Amino acid sequence: MKSKVVGKSVPRLEDLPLVTGRGRFAADVNFANQLHMRVVRSGHAHGRIRSIDLSRARATPGVFAAWTAADVAGLLPIALREGPDAKLDPYLQPVLAGERVRYVGEPVAVVFAEDPYLAEDAADLVGVEVAELPVVLDAHEPPSEFAPGRLTEPLVIRKGYGDVEAAFRAAHAVIELDLSIGRHSGVPLETRGAIARYDAGRDLIQMYGAAKVPHRTRDGIARVLGRDPATVHLYEGHVGGGFGVRGEVYPEDVLVCLGALRLGRPVKWIEDRYENLIATNHSREQRHRVRAAVDRGGCILALDDEFFHDQGAYPRTHGARVVDLTAGMLPGPYHVPAYRVAGHYRLTNKTPAATYRAPGRYEGSFVRERLMDAIAQRLGLDPIEVRRRNLIPKTAFPYRRELDAIGDEVVLDSGDYNGLLDKALAGIGWDALQKDLKRRRAAGESVGAGVAMYLEKSGLGPRDGARISVDGLGDVEVVTGSASLGQGVETVMAQICADALGVDYRRVRVIHGQTDRIAKGIGAHASRATVMTGSAVHVAASNLRAKAIEAAARLMKVPADALDVIDGRVVRKDSPDAISIELGEVARSMASVPDAPGLSAEGWFETEHMNYPYGVQVAVVKVDRETGGVQVEKFLIAYDVGRAVNPMMIEGQIAGGFAQGLGGALLEEFQYDERGQPLSVTFADYLLPTLSETPMVDVIVSQDAPSPRNPLGLKGAGEAGVTAVGAALAAAIDDAIGIPGAVTRLPVTPMRLKEILDRASGARTD
Amino acid sequence: MKVGVTLNINGKDHAVQVEPRRTLADAIREECGQTGTHLGCEHGVCGACTILLDGEPVRACLMFAVQAAGRRIRTVEGLADGEKLHPLQRAFIEHHGLQCGYCTPGFLMLAAGTLERNPDVSDGELKEILSSNLCRCTGYKNIVKAVRAAAAEMKARR
Repeated sequence: MKSKVVGKSVPRLEDLPLVTGRGRFAADVNFANQLHMRVVRSGHAHGRIRSIDLSRARATPGVFAAWTAADVAGLLPIALREGPDAKLDPYLQPVLAGERVRYVGEPVAVVFAEDPYLAEDAADLVGVEVAELPVVLDAHEPPSEFAPGRLTEPLVIRKGYGDVEAAFRAAHAVIELDLSIGRHSGVPLETRGAIARYDAGRDLIQMYGAAKVPHRTRDGIARVLGRDPATVHLYEGHVGGGFGVRGEVYPEDVLVCLGALRLGRPVKWIEDRYENLIATNHSREQRHRVRAAVDRGGCILALDDEFFHDQGAYPRTHGARVVDLTAGMLPGPYHVPAYRVAGHYRLTNKTPAATYRAPGRYEGSFVRERLMDAIAQRLGLDPIEVRRRNLIPKTAFPYRRELDAIGDEVVLDSGDYNGLLDKALAGIGWDALQKDLKRRRAAGESVGAGVAMYLEKSGLGPRDGARISVDGLGDVEVVTGSASLGQGVETVMAQICADALGVDYRRVRVIHGQTDRIAKGIGAHASRATVMTGSAVHVAASNLRAKAIEAAARLMKVPADALDVIDGRVVRKDSPDAISIELGEVARSMASVPDAPGLSAEGWFETEHMNYPYGVQVAVVKVDRETGGVQVEKFLIAYDVGRAVNPMMIEGQIAGGFAQGLGGALLEEFQYDERGQPLSVTFADYLLPTLSETPMVDVIVSQDAPSPRNPLGLKGAGEAGVTAVGAALAAAIDDAIGIPGAVTRLPVTPMRLKEILDRASGARTD
Repeated sequence: MKVGVTLNINGKDHAVQVEPRRTLADAIREECGQTGTHLGCEHGVCGACTILLDGEPVRACLMFAVQAAGRRIRTVEGLADGEKLHPLQRAFIEHHGLQCGYCTPGFLMLAAGTLERNPDVSDGELKEILSSNLCRCTGYKNIVKAVRAAAAEMKARR
């Protein structure tokens, strides 16, 4: 009997080194004779650089070198990963600022020293004189001048379909909201780090500390340095969380590589937390002015959204992707007959922004779901009923929207949105909950519940590949171009390989994030790894299995179709316990096959479109009217993943994403003063949720709607937990304080909620 | 100017030369090569660098190495008994109490310091104690499960 592991919550392969202190994170990598790099950062949000004095730093014993922009004049600016963009290229960030600084934290100089403490001392001695310029801190203000002839709005993304004007003319009601999402970000517990060395014999730069998309990041670094990508290799070790921000092309990555190349010694850079909070990508900050046209029954006739995206000082890796995704995914799981959106991509004097887990969807889900609640309120309907009336029915798939998101035509592949809503409401016991909340409110408590629905996207194509080999001992190596940020890629790939090939998943070693092991790779981002790399592994393992059977058939002198692979042995289907050959033996027999020695196979997977998992989130909160504090009492997430490879790990992804969503909804915000000085620069000011703020989230992993777009029916789950947390909590807070539509801005800090409550009680006494 | 200090880590003496300003966490990692202790903030909030000092959980980033002379330091590398994992290590694996694993050594040491003194710790106390460290991956749910499971096992063994 074949035991299958896909679908089972088997223990992770990753864990043993991590619980025994034998992980190898960036800071754990050291090379003999290495130098330590420290970046000197702008203390001004906007200004003209008058002078930078390196003399005292250079004179410090132990300092090996110090550079300003003049020393790196030959470098291109920080590249966009997805290639050149004529509209954004004039705005790209230089590796070191030469003429102007545009945010606090921008690299202006760099010091290389024998010891990291020394490097930091010397960096403090670098004198930077800046003539301050007026700062732009609000992306909603009209654009101003970025440089002569260039405005702080490089582009506006417009999308839409249908006759929006006609729909608004015909509407029974028009509901209009002004909504804001605060600036927050991934903030992994491990800060960034990069260690580079130069191998002169092979003219090769090797950089450790890579993450997320090592192949593409290598291409980006090579482009900035003016080298061929084949002469730069990136190596991913353990990665202490990514969430979108880690593993992008940053100035520091380029500087360690250039340092190693020029100085003839390895160069190590480890970011500190202060730097991490001002220099690693921020995200999320948007303001939306959104309108809905609805009919008498609360059905949407059209949506019209204009939003302003605060990109910070420069474009980052993805260009305008967050704006594009916000615009392309905003309609969510609802049937929207007409839609118009304009996303303004605006530069300000803050830390540059890019993607953070569920980019554009966390923002857009807050906007859309606030709107659904407002529609219900206006028409006097139940918020859940309004959602039901607008959900795309399960008979409508594939469902085509005349819209694209990140260049992919939106064709929703499969779903039963109503069915998942039923599961979520049953899971939380919605009717009993409502009774209980009513009773508690009558007793004077400010408690309430809210529901939010959302659409996710995963498995962006077009293709990915994998190569699998069996060695002479029967152990399996899967080489992928994927990456692991800690989410369990190795276990997932091993499970998929194990079933398709017929081996124990614990004998599968998964390689990821090593650019010298495979020519191409899509890394791990945008909930792609399980869908794309997983499908490629499935194809490769199936190919390998066929090859092993073919070779074994010759050795065993039986027809190939009489054979199977079970638990690492090629066996006869009719008598699996009788004669058999171990895969290791098959591999040994093939060791000297001309042209293709050994037992190995490749597999590629291609897909035309992304696929679309979906979810429902239910929040129950209690508000303290005295302090404005919000306690999340209960939270439930139901999510349809198509097919679960490892339910335990999916629940883990969802629970973790939930905590991050809660952070962005209630606690986390990068704040600035009126001169653009960042105010959230330690973990005492930038508040990550602790266990005390994070309830034990209930998770329902649903598998009602497998994706027809890949052989296993997979959809991604990496971003599943975070997406609608802000929306659900906002609805629950409204309900708890009895003021529909009260929450228009995230995060709902105690101060903001207190203002809302004070305003309401003031209005009442008036 | 460096000074000599002997750090006793997991029962082994490390005689090292450090500047007086060198943090204990850096000395453990760099001078003594025990890189299982991680640094997440270097200002005492995240707890990734939690070690046991004479059995008490402390943040190694908030101490200087010279202050730890003559004290017994225990790090994540000293948690297992040879190949035999500590109940907490097994429970973290079994209950999926880690994802990226960066905060894990800190949580393991925090929990070990707590449970080895008091396996009867109440849910409320445990929630308060575990709230002193940050995890960005798990949402804490499985960390709590893992620690509770290990506590039950450690209590049964007593």
